[in-house]
Amino acid sequence: MKKYNLHMLKTFKTFASLCLLFLISLHAFAIETIEISGGGTKQINIAVMPYKEIIVDKAGSRMHQIIAADLYRSGFFRSLEVNGLVNKPSSLSDINYAEMTAIQAQVMTLGQVEISNNRLKVNWFLVDINKKTILTTMEYSGPVAQYRAIAHKISDTIYEKLTGIPGVFSTKISYITKNKGRYSLNVADADGFNVQSVVGSPQPIISARWSPDGTKIAYVSFEKKKPIIYIQSLVTGQRTVLANFKGNNSSPSWSPDGKRLAIVLTYNANSQIYLIDADGSNLKPLIQSTHIDTEPVWSPDGRLIYFTSDRGGRPQIYKVASTGGEPQRVSFEGNQNLNPNVSPDAKMLSYVTQDEGRFRVVLHDLQTGQITKITDGPFDEAPKFSPNGHVILYAHKINGSGELSTVSIDGVVRQSFNINADDIREPAWAPFVK
Amino acid sequence: MKKSLFLASLLSLFLIGCSSTPIVDVSKPAGPSASNDSSSSDETDLDLASLRDPNNILSKRSIYFDYDKDTVKAEYKDLLAAHAKYVASHPKAKMTLTGNTDDRGSREYNVSLGQKRSVSVKKSMNVLGAQDTQIETVSFGEERADTNCKDDTCYGKDRRVDISYEKE
Repeated sequence: MKKYNLHMLKTFKTFASLCLLFLISLHAFAIETIEISGGGTKQINIAVMPYKEIIVDKAGSRMHQIIAADLYRSGFFRSLEVNGLVNKPSSLSDINYAEMTAIQAQVMTLGQVEISNNRLKVNWFLVDINKKTILTTMEYSGPVAQYRAIAHKISDTIYEKLTGIPGVFSTKISYITKNKGRYSLNVADADGFNVQSVVGSPQPIISARWSPDGTKIAYVSFEKKKPIIYIQSLVTGQRTVLANFKGNNSSPSWSPDGKRLAIVLTYNANSQIYLIDADGSNLKPLIQSTHIDTEPVWSPDGRLIYFTSDRGGRPQIYKVASTGGEPQRVSFEGNQNLNPNVSPDAKMLSYVTQDEGRFRVVLHDLQTGQITKITDGPFDEAPKFSPNGHVILYAHKINGSGELSTVSIDGVVRQSFNINADDIREPAWAPFVK
Repeated sequence: MKKSLFLASLLSLFLIGCSSTPIVDVSKPAGPSASNDSSSSDETDLDLASLRDPNNILSKRSIYFDYDKDTVKAEYKDLLAAHAKYVASHPKAKMTLTGNTDDRGSREYNVSLGQKRSVSVKKSMNVLGAQDTQIETVSFGEERADTNCKDDTCYGKDRRVDISYEKE
């Protein structure tokens, strides 16, 4: 991996603005409402037909399988079994609507993939089975190396067309692996593919957090035998020390504008929350107490900071204005509550609750006060909302080793990642690239 | 539209690259590292021999805690007194107290809980005459915990503060 230069950073910004144009053009389509017939289900029955591949990709991957897996993981779709169908259409004229209705498909996607001269071209359709109308048809092309990226773009388009919510299939995640005593901070696609190691160390790494523009990651490394916060650019590979004060330096959280971070320092006392500029200057305490105050996270409007504190005895979630002041307790149910994360629309918190010896992920509706346990434990941690707020990525321990899973926010669809490592932990979800 | 997608794809190429080698490998130092050699004057000034002597109480370095507690138990009185006395009588000595927890709960909260324990040990040392300027309290949280524990005897070994000295 070569380090990128500043010229590339500039190009990156240009590309990023073009991507924004791309997203805007998607919004130009009206949202089709699919009428759900029969049963109390909220899921849309989709038939993802095998996209006919003119020349098959050498890696043996199949575009429709990537799309079907994406849509299933979102919790909004029931991906129908289509292998048994006699007729597998790849063009509109081949569709047998009666057969599709028989398998209770509400929508279907079909298409053709063409590969030549190391280029990929996909012609695809999204069809409403009941109305027999085309909901979307597009042609995507790019280098063959972008096979999966293009599949995710198709998933994003289908998802947004049918739910009105931007898809997260083209976003990135990060997580930390421990393999034979070596730690690595990795960045991957939202489905766990295309893994790139960003930092490797013989000592633990924890608490990785993406900057709001998705170009940097702040994390805590124990490489100097104590926790120190670093910020690393994903564009240049360069990293800088954000905080290395006496005692611990941990739990970084970016402000929504990316200019500041909330961090936790100790000097020779208990964990306390401070604010610091992203260049390491302008350090000041947010609140001061004699108790543990840690795990700060900003509300999306930047006005509030949620955090974990044991000021009431057991760890619970509190909130305080980002300008300081008197904290207010937020969580009251459960023996202890910790690890808060705020939804992108600011309406929900997700955190870990400990009750009857189990650590489970809960969703806390800040408007109604309703708290819903969405995982079963026993050792679930580090919940992170997807950038569209509809899925939660979290870590869980099984027989002493960690794994990652996603759960739809209604708790219905859970899926674990197939990541090749002894121990996986500390997931984070990258923002939409604006 | 097509062009935008292509560019978006390139963007993801930029972010990801194609190699599994870490961009930063902390086990390969960027520059010449500082020498850790202990000079002969350190040997005398810091009385490193006492710290290393397995028959000296100063060789005992771990203080264990009850579940969810940061109270230093009475059984560690002699151990703490010996280390506090050592620090007080060796002004150049630098002590690090590293807190640890078992692996239940969130990693950051456990860093804070381990810290609470190292602060608790430090306060006991302060009472016994050791100055803050010579002590740094830090925490590894659950990062050094045994991840295969099934019972409290096992978890109990993770709930501790380790004492270490610079240059020892």
